[in-house]
Amino acid sequence: MDAPVAPSSESHLPGERPHVSRLDIFSGFFLVGMFGFGGIAAAMHHVIVERRGWLNDQEYASVLGLGQVLPGANLVNMATIVGDRFCGFVGAVLALAGLIFMPIVILIILATTYDQFATNPDVIAATRAAAAGAVGLMFGTAYKIGKTVVNTRWALFFAILSFVSIGLLRLPLVGTLLVLGPISVAVSFWRSER
Amino acid sequence: MKTDLLVSLGLTFFTTAIFSVGGISAMIPEVHRQVVEVHGWLGNDSFATAFALSQIAPGPNILMMSMLGWRIAGWAGLAVATLATVVPTSALSLVAGRAENRISHTRWYSLTKRSFPPLVVGLICASALVTAQAAIDQWLGYVLTAGVALFVALTRHNPLVPLTAATVIGVIAGRLGYF
Repeated sequence: MDAPVAPSSESHLPGERPHVSRLDIFSGFFLVGMFGFGGIAAAMHHVIVERRGWLNDQEYASVLGLGQVLPGANLVNMATIVGDRFCGFVGAVLALAGLIFMPIVILIILATTYDQFATNPDVIAATRAAAAGAVGLMFGTAYKIGKTVVNTRWALFFAILSFVSIGLLRLPLVGTLLVLGPISVAVSFWRSER
Repeated sequence: MKTDLLVSLGLTFFTTAIFSVGGISAMIPEVHRQVVEVHGWLGNDSFATAFALSQIAPGPNILMMSMLGWRIAGWAGLAVATLATVVPTSALSLVAGRAENRISHTRWYSLTKRSFPPLVVGLICASALVTAQAAIDQWLGYVLTAGVALFVALTRHNPLVPLTAATVIGVIAGRLGYF
């Protein structure tokens, strides 16, 4: 990969911030985007915590948690926050650009190439198989996450409710979340009060 | 005409993204509903292909939204879809990130953090179901789905391993006339 600036995650004390330049931000997230095959979560942690040492594990978890609560892709949110934290607004823009620019170019090249061979039986079979496999990836991921977060009857109730309304009834996302979001927060509140 | 399409595309993607708790898994069922069912901009085939290609390519999987924009309205569609998906949510993240210390100790933050994940699990399943309905029409497809799902659920390897295996099996089965 790139130039070895590889402090360990313990190399800076809490509250003490490592020096990170705009170029570092761009190149770091560029790497995350380019090497994030099959999901960028692992690449993100590798670059930010292990390779560059911008955040320690605890700080990483905290920013990731915030990125997950906010709407949008968790890791794109995270890139914005990390870029901004070290290099301000420009850093946030560079982090985003680094993360998505090359992958978009690659995706378009891939799609254009696909279009030229779209009648080739091998290409058709490969694409259909990849799509079927990726559906399996989603189910597997749901199971993995569900194992840890669906740990009460209420959690199961809300997981089923969101699945039924979006997946089976095909109701609009906005309306569903405007109803289920506040109710699930209210239930958490009520349960923590008891 | 084209401007109308771009405005409509932008608004649709913006609304979807700004409510996408949990990222792409919240976006997929809604964007399928809008793009295929409500507006009829794309058919299930194009939707499934965009999904497959964005899974194969590196980078964040929300780039599927960019791919859809490109299919719907060309280069302008690509730009509009990408900006509408990424910019508003990132702006929100930027503001929230700067206030992290103030937010992270509040009661509502910990309540929200606890309440959303089960909803997200439901959304991921919904996403998988909607995509399966758009992309799979043969028994082998379901076998591949089940195989990858089991591999991902039971091991900690990079999901690229079973995805590649599924693709190779698909090509071989296709050659043999089973897919």
